[in-house]
Amino acid sequence: MQSKPLTLKALDLVSILAMVISTYLALVFAPQEAVMGNVQRIFYFHVGTAWVAMLGFILAAVSGVVYLITKDLKWDRFELAAVEVSALFFFITICLGSIWARPAWNTWWTWDVRLTTAAVAELIFIAYLMLRQGIEDPEKRARFGAVYTLLGGLSVPVTFLVIRFFRTIHPVVIGSQSAEAEGGFNMESKMVTAMLFAILAFTVVFVDLVWHRVRLGQFAEKVEQLKLKASL
Amino acid sequence: MIETRKLVKRFGFKVVLRGVDFKAQPGEFVALLGPNGAGKTTFLRILASLARPTLGEVIVANHHLPAEASKVRAKLGVVSHLPLLYPDLTAEENLLFYARMYGMHQPQARLAEALKMIGLEKRRRDLVGAFSRGMQQRLAIGRAILHNPEVLLFDEPYTGLDQDASEMLDQTLHSIAATGRTVVMTSHDLARAENLATRFDVLSRGVIVASASRQDLEKSDLLKFYKQALAS
Amino acid sequence: MEETIPPATPSFSQAVFAIVRKDLSAEFRSRELLSAMLVFALLVILIFNFALELDIKVRESVTAGVLWVTFAFAGTLGLNRSMAVEKDRGCLDGLLLAPVDRSALYLGKALSNLIFMLIVEAVTLPVYSLLYNVNLFQPALLLVILLGSIGYIAVGTLLAAMAIQTRTRDVMLPILLFPIVLPVLLAAVKASAGLLNGADFTEVSAPFNLLVVYDLVFIAVSLMLFEYVVEE
Repeated sequence: MQSKPLTLKALDLVSILAMVISTYLALVFAPQEAVMGNVQRIFYFHVGTAWVAMLGFILAAVSGVVYLITKDLKWDRFELAAVEVSALFFFITICLGSIWARPAWNTWWTWDVRLTTAAVAELIFIAYLMLRQGIEDPEKRARFGAVYTLLGGLSVPVTFLVIRFFRTIHPVVIGSQSAEAEGGFNMESKMVTAMLFAILAFTVVFVDLVWHRVRLGQFAEKVEQLKLKASL
Repeated sequence: MIETRKLVKRFGFKVVLRGVDFKAQPGEFVALLGPNGAGKTTFLRILASLARPTLGEVIVANHHLPAEASKVRAKLGVVSHLPLLYPDLTAEENLLFYARMYGMHQPQARLAEALKMIGLEKRRRDLVGAFSRGMQQRLAIGRAILHNPEVLLFDEPYTGLDQDASEMLDQTLHSIAATGRTVVMTSHDLARAENLATRFDVLSRGVIVASASRQDLEKSDLLKFYKQALAS
Repeated sequence: MEETIPPATPSFSQAVFAIVRKDLSAEFRSRELLSAMLVFALLVILIFNFALELDIKVRESVTAGVLWVTFAFAGTLGLNRSMAVEKDRGCLDGLLLAPVDRSALYLGKALSNLIFMLIVEAVTLPVYSLLYNVNLFQPALLLVILLGSIGYIAVGTLLAAMAIQTRTRDVMLPILLFPIVLPVLLAAVKASAGLLNGADFTEVSAPFNLLVVYDLVFIAVSLMLFEYVVEE
């Protein structure tokens, strides 16, 4: 069994460091927001996790397409890793959003376009994982997984659009401010720094976790192979 | 004509066929013998264009698989242990459906011919759901020969048949074998294979370990040949 | 040797209509699928009647939702059954053995599924009209229902072919299907509700256009992906 590559070890350290710095920036460095107070600090991690969750979602769909073309199982391992890590971050995003929404919108949950879309994406990921569990042949599992992530990748943006027809109260912090959005705020430059760093930090963590998951997949495959050899 | 060169089939990391070299000429009736799990069904499914080879060359009826699958399919008839028939349609309707799927222009004459051959003329308007296992299997043969294929593949056609039905099937297969087609039949029932085949190949652990023509074998020597092949 | 008929291949539309014809004649004989879907649809409406206390005021706002939930639930029942018929007796292999493009198989199955769904809707709508004295027979509404059903069946047929091949086949379809088909259901409910509340056709053009786009995209994608779902 090959040992952990040096780059991955280094990346582990960088991830931890980035998270520590990002936490400092979010909780101490960034100034307190005038209207909402300290609860606004959730925002930095919320944006960071949402970003990587979306990144994972897109990467999963893309690697699904690549798998169907190349039929190389390494793309399947990557797809599964991206889905699992992304599912985790979607969950964290939704939880953080909920905690923030309680004081900001006075409710834990609202059927807002971003919230609902995130929840639907999460459900697609859960369905994906259940689908994989129901198939034993690794090649077929990879094929069905790829088809499903591809369908999901096409469907979720449409879901987003459809829900847009319903009113949204989610604040658009970057870009145009919608008049109906509640809980929006103007960002000071220190806030921008904290947010951008959070995005960077979570991207590093994401890459690190996906890498670990891919390696785990490789090991699991090896174990299966050894088991098979032993049984012959 | 059927030919495979160094045919390998992997399911994930399980290697089912490890380099099968096989050849069958028109007029030959090859019985593919071997224990359960030897890869007989997988081999037949690859010849039938239902599974893709992992490596190696496959030529069926002068066309390569999987590249020219559609051309192969037009010249191919398959009987498996499942009937591949719809219970809510009559015998005639089932055949007519498959005739349409093979693009036959004047299916009625051919249909009558096939029904006569399998001895089901009188039951043509009965629902297949009400047929006995033996009758269903005969109708399955009728379905397979409907489009007058060059190559016929039988995957354990005797599964679940009683003595009478097996004898009926013997007769039907005999008359088919006499028509100059290339026939491959998998079976673990040596006695049945002995009656029909002109050549016996033994598949074990994913390779063909022995091959003998009917002339090579003394009468009732098949069992000895088979056991020797597996022991080597 | 018998006289050799040159191997024919059916045209794309011949194959599609052969499948539709086969499905319809089998169904009109057994009526298994349609009766199950219809009884189920009526039961769902009955349950909604008591669960939502469908008095005149409530009815105005929820009719569209009740109808689409009914169609979606009854639809999964039909999709599952229609694929199980193919899978259980190996008939799917029979279809795959035919020298036709895999997308023709998909289109044939999708068309028969769509016909079954439209029949269920054609019975459910007048019953609902009668029970609750709502006029559902507006051309624009019927068009929305048709478009919504097409999108639902387009994805549903593909996913049913996938679900039927998993270990948990009976429960897998709705879990896979609903999050992917959500945009169709949301847009259809939105458009139907608008039309039922007397909106002009131009007022619901946004969800209506979205339905058209979703239908086109997912029919195209499903046509391409079907071979990855059925072939090994």
